[in-house]
Amino acid sequence: MKHLLSISDLGADGIEEVMRVTDSFVEVSERAIPRVPALRGKTVVSLFYEESTRTRLSFEMAAKRLSADTMNFALSSSSVKKGESLRDTCQTIEAMGVDALVVRHSSAGVPWQVASWVDCSVVNAGDGWHEHPTQALLDCYTIRAQRGSLEGLRIAVVGDVKHSRVARSGVLAFTLLGAEVTIVAPPTLLPPSLVGWPVEVTSDLDGVLTKVDVVYVLRMQAERQTEALLPSLREYTARYGLTRDRVALLPDDAMVMHPGPINRGVEIASDVADIPRSAITRQVANGVAVRMAVLFLLLGQGPSGPLSGMQGPSGPLSGMQGPSGPLSGMQGPSGPSSGARG
Amino acid sequence: MAERERAATPPYGGVFSARSQVMDAEDLRRAVTRIAHEIVERNHGLDRVVLIGLQTGGVPLARRLAEALSRIEGVEVGAGSIDVALYRDDIGLRPVIPEAVTDIPFDLTGLTVVLVDDVLFTGRTVRAALDALNAYGRPRAVQLAVMVDRGHRQLPIRPDYVGKNLPTRIDEIVDVRDDGVDVGEKKVRGPERPSERAN
Repeated sequence: MKHLLSISDLGADGIEEVMRVTDSFVEVSERAIPRVPALRGKTVVSLFYEESTRTRLSFEMAAKRLSADTMNFALSSSSVKKGESLRDTCQTIEAMGVDALVVRHSSAGVPWQVASWVDCSVVNAGDGWHEHPTQALLDCYTIRAQRGSLEGLRIAVVGDVKHSRVARSGVLAFTLLGAEVTIVAPPTLLPPSLVGWPVEVTSDLDGVLTKVDVVYVLRMQAERQTEALLPSLREYTARYGLTRDRVALLPDDAMVMHPGPINRGVEIASDVADIPRSAITRQVANGVAVRMAVLFLLLGQGPSGPLSGMQGPSGPLSGMQGPSGPLSGMQGPSGPSSGARG
Repeated sequence: MAERERAATPPYGGVFSARSQVMDAEDLRRAVTRIAHEIVERNHGLDRVVLIGLQTGGVPLARRLAEALSRIEGVEVGAGSIDVALYRDDIGLRPVIPEAVTDIPFDLTGLTVVLVDDVLFTGRTVRAALDALNAYGRPRAVQLAVMVDRGHRQLPIRPDYVGKNLPTRIDEIVDVRDDGVDVGEKKVRGPERPSERAN
């Protein structure tokens, strides 16, 4: 496998392989000196056209723990400010000799576009509303670490599904691994079409909470909302927020997850985010190991890696797959290369 | 790494096909017992001696050696396992995948470590293992025990304990199992099984 752009590139077998390899990197992360020489001499560049704390730092730490060199691209102090196009920026960076580009952009499909321009590996670290595959992988790993498997688990994905790339990648990955997913959201925060999503949809959170294994709370993405989709955040919290009262409805062994960053007091109550059954900090910790596994599988395999047979879209979920050509479908709020924000 | 598995990893491809048996289960048992005695003799007992099996072929052998040692000396010997995939020098040249999680539940500083593998061939796996051991402390000494030394070394590495010296052709494959040792070839298989892995 050369690029990781979408969960559907991996398929169920590919996800399982990433999980299995991640076990080894969790062991590496637990050592006194958590570093292996596996990717010595490789260079990984983070190309983030959108803000990020955990994903950017997590990729950087993963690359460093594999002994790869890392470079960071700070949008605000780059030539993008002088009007350099995305394509020129990518090709300039590639000309310096990099092995992987980790790309985040506010427009859907940009990682596909970048992959068509450059020869190095491209990892999608989040494109608009579309996909965030490494987040889905670390979520699967976190659930698997606690429950052994996702097969037959009931997972409720709650909140702003419309603007959530985490939800799109997550639903794909969870269902590929055999989980039953229920989406809980107000109708205005559902995607325009759910055709092809193998999920149940409801707006009754309390009814769902009593019978789930995992409640996955999404961030309210105020920065992507261009119109009034909710009467008020307080009303949203009253009906869809994970409050202490609602946590009491959950089965004893249910996990509470959130991709971060948390809007405390909006989609999740402050004290709920910190309860023992909350897996939020474990998600972050596993994120480093999962990204080590992804970088190693992309860069450490030579010409014909074990995942090479798994490229390409697979099966029943094609209705929710992203751009088949670059920049088609599921478009984010802004145009192809205008998503730069300081 | 067991040769049988490496043989099944692309681009090597092919499946192992045994031609002749060079050790049977009894030979193997006697070799394990002899190596165990040699370890005790060389180290004047088992004080601060631990066994580390190389994933995956060396791990069952390390377990058998640990059992034999505790039978002989009446003390428990620490046993761990190590996966050297992340330390190999051919990462990027061929597909390298961690086979299993490393399990070394003790600090190696000051201990005598006996590395255990099934087959010693080029020596590159052992070099990677020596590198990997550094992450777990500074052993007092490192020794190497292998069931079969088949020659063709590419690095200045030699075993301290050998089950059987077995001259081979470079394209032959040696397969060590619990019930014996076979020599054979790999048979190239069809392209319809792209991602299959051993075990």
